[in-house]
Amino acid sequence: MADLKHNDEFLIEEVKFADVMEDGFHDHHHGDKYQSNFITHYIFSQDHKMIAKQFLITGMFWGVIGGLMSLVFRLQLGFPEASLAWLKPILGKWIVVSDGVGTLDPQFYYALVTMHGTILVFFVLTAGLSGTFSNLLIPLQLGARDMASPLLNMLSYWFFFLAGAIMFASLFLSTGPFSGGWTAYPPLSGLPQASSGSGAGMTMWILSLVFFVVSVLLGGINYITTVLNLRTKGMSLWRMPLTIWAFFITAILGLLSFPVLVSGLFLVMCDRELGTSFFLNEIFVGGQALEQVGGSPILYQHLFWFLGHPEVYIIILPAMGLVSEVLAVNSRKPIFGYQAMVLSILAIAFLSFIVWAHHMFMAGVNPFISNIFVIFTLIIAVPSAVKVFNWIATLYGGNIRFNPGMLFAIGFVSLFISGGLTGIFLGNSAIDIPMHDTYFVVAHFHIVMGVAAFFGMFAGVYHWFPKMYGRFMNDTLGKIHFWGTMIGAYAVFWPMHYLGMAGVPRRYYSFTTFDFSSQFAETNQFITIAAIITFGFQIIFIVNFFYSIFYGKKQTTRNPYGATTLEWTTPINAGHGNWPGGIPAVHRGAYDYGKGGREYIPQIEPVSDEEKLFDEEHAH
Amino acid sequence: MNARSMQYQNNRSKIHPKKFSLWVAMGSLCMMFAAMTSFYLVRQASGNWLQFELPSAFYTSTAIIVLSSITLHVSYFLFKKGNTLGYRMLMLASLILGVLFVYFQLVGWDQMNQDGIYLDGNASGATIIIITGLHAAHVLGGIGALLLANLHAFTLPHKVTETRKLRFEMTYTYWHFVDILWIYLLVFFMMTL
Repeated sequence: MADLKHNDEFLIEEVKFADVMEDGFHDHHHGDKYQSNFITHYIFSQDHKMIAKQFLITGMFWGVIGGLMSLVFRLQLGFPEASLAWLKPILGKWIVVSDGVGTLDPQFYYALVTMHGTILVFFVLTAGLSGTFSNLLIPLQLGARDMASPLLNMLSYWFFFLAGAIMFASLFLSTGPFSGGWTAYPPLSGLPQASSGSGAGMTMWILSLVFFVVSVLLGGINYITTVLNLRTKGMSLWRMPLTIWAFFITAILGLLSFPVLVSGLFLVMCDRELGTSFFLNEIFVGGQALEQVGGSPILYQHLFWFLGHPEVYIIILPAMGLVSEVLAVNSRKPIFGYQAMVLSILAIAFLSFIVWAHHMFMAGVNPFISNIFVIFTLIIAVPSAVKVFNWIATLYGGNIRFNPGMLFAIGFVSLFISGGLTGIFLGNSAIDIPMHDTYFVVAHFHIVMGVAAFFGMFAGVYHWFPKMYGRFMNDTLGKIHFWGTMIGAYAVFWPMHYLGMAGVPRRYYSFTTFDFSSQFAETNQFITIAAIITFGFQIIFIVNFFYSIFYGKKQTTRNPYGATTLEWTTPINAGHGNWPGGIPAVHRGAYDYGKGGREYIPQIEPVSDEEKLFDEEHAH
Repeated sequence: MNARSMQYQNNRSKIHPKKFSLWVAMGSLCMMFAAMTSFYLVRQASGNWLQFELPSAFYTSTAIIVLSSITLHVSYFLFKKGNTLGYRMLMLASLILGVLFVYFQLVGWDQMNQDGIYLDGNASGATIIIITGLHAAHVLGGIGALLLANLHAFTLPHKVTETRKLRFEMTYTYWHFVDILWIYLLVFFMMTL
């Protein structure tokens, strides 16, 4: 036992844990048997660590696609007069060239905006973030061999892959991908003839999203079951790291809200293919009245936002969990107010289900009902503020290590405050009258759940990269990536607040016609240039990531950060099953930093007599 | 016995992870049908809602699915007791009753069509057809599980092992779930139409 008190002892491969849970795992030697060839190891893997990497790299692929799309429509917004003929080799007929000047097809502009939203929200920030880190950390931090069902876990990734393949194929349709906005409101989604993207593009969009939901549900069932059933000895719920709490609650949110989206999409599909009139009412197409009467498009909005609002917490909660952990480890301090952190996650999760109509204040919802939603929406500020306060209090007086993971975690806190404050504006139904559907909204959600969630993801990737690949990412490149992204993201989204306050509407193809919006021509140019530069900094990250997989600095100690949690007790590059012997048992919470004169005490270390005495003395 | 089930035995929790997963999945399905029925209520409140009688076949199918739940559960008890013939016969009966349930749902939709209630007609009929159709799709999943259970019942030697007990329990849990879900839907339609 004594050897654990010296951090360097983790160098030794065969660490003797003070207390282990023997589970007979190694009596059967099947741990590596089914991992023997390339296909079962890298492709149809059932090891949660490999599945996590699959989610991450697929998410990165989609991040690049979605990011590049935004650059194309930013070019249109920033430089509406410039020729985009040079994009013709890539975008083909969507660039219309006349007199040598290439312009972006307006229909395709909408398709780009729609796909950018869909891809980033679902494929990158849901699958890429929660899929990656839930898979990687839940078994490792809880002391489990793998997920409750590795098979369903594998299927979860492959359904995500299928969803992505369908969405990707829809980009190449001659009529273009779906172009009615990522929310897919009817009638643009409900009528195949509504626009060119509403035909095959929308059919494939729905199909893709349904497979995506299957993926989320299979993953979520696994995460919840693993957290509740497969914790190691001594790992009570109140000893779990905040990452696990966040993933656990995220999975519950997904499981309760995604089926509602499926219901909505199913009904849209019926309107499209079977001639029902759930969401369509008295619509004229080409001078001809449609037969469908009596439907209500607002009903779709209710079904959509019943998912849509929890969805933004599905995105941000895992980021919050990752940030909490990275902040505590790199401040060398316990997270401030652990229980308050857990309770605020629970409060946010609960509230997320009763605020959906704040996305619909201007859709004709009864103002009295709006009032109720305003109140609940503003109450979310309370648990959010508790979390922000606790993060700052964790940093206060800490012995802070400014590594890239930590920088991104601190950046997350900054972005979450900036974006959260504008949420208080938009949550008021009265202020929402002038603000709705303007660039103010775009600025708000990009900062608070777009960039902030990305920062949480980056913090997680830099911090747990050694856990994934046994190597470190390059620190200097990481810091350059951080500062470029931090400054760049604010440069992109801060000016959008001013556009929004002047009433510039979102999703418009061009702002040159009217004075109130054309005065922002230079602002739009600035935003576009900033977006291009910020995207450039992400290339540094991607290069750093793939270079470090093969040539990064090798991890030589088991626990390079001096963290308390279980994932750092496994061997470097652990095999399937994670621990070579029994699973270490847990004797304390995840945040024993700076206690009794020791820098950190791992969760696996039993509480000593001196410590008990110390605790009693300090209890009063 | 695999490592995971050994690990679960070491824990204090009593429920098997696979069975727990099933319960979580059923919770998720509940949300889907809750969304559907709340859609129904809100859509109904906005007017243009045709009133009609539920087809009589829906009541027949209700009796059939309740009966199938009972036969399946009795079959489980006989399986544990070692009564091979009773176990196999009631297992087969449950499967047949399950298929009959879907058949009577089809009859019900046909009756609605004959009464002039179509999928592309008034939203009240369309919503009911959609919801009952979605339910029937989930029953088909249950029939798949029953098919597998029958295959096991008739091909494997009758041995009461932990694994087979678990499989059986998961099968009847899901089957009771679609049964109770149907009763909920029927009562819901009866009260609101």
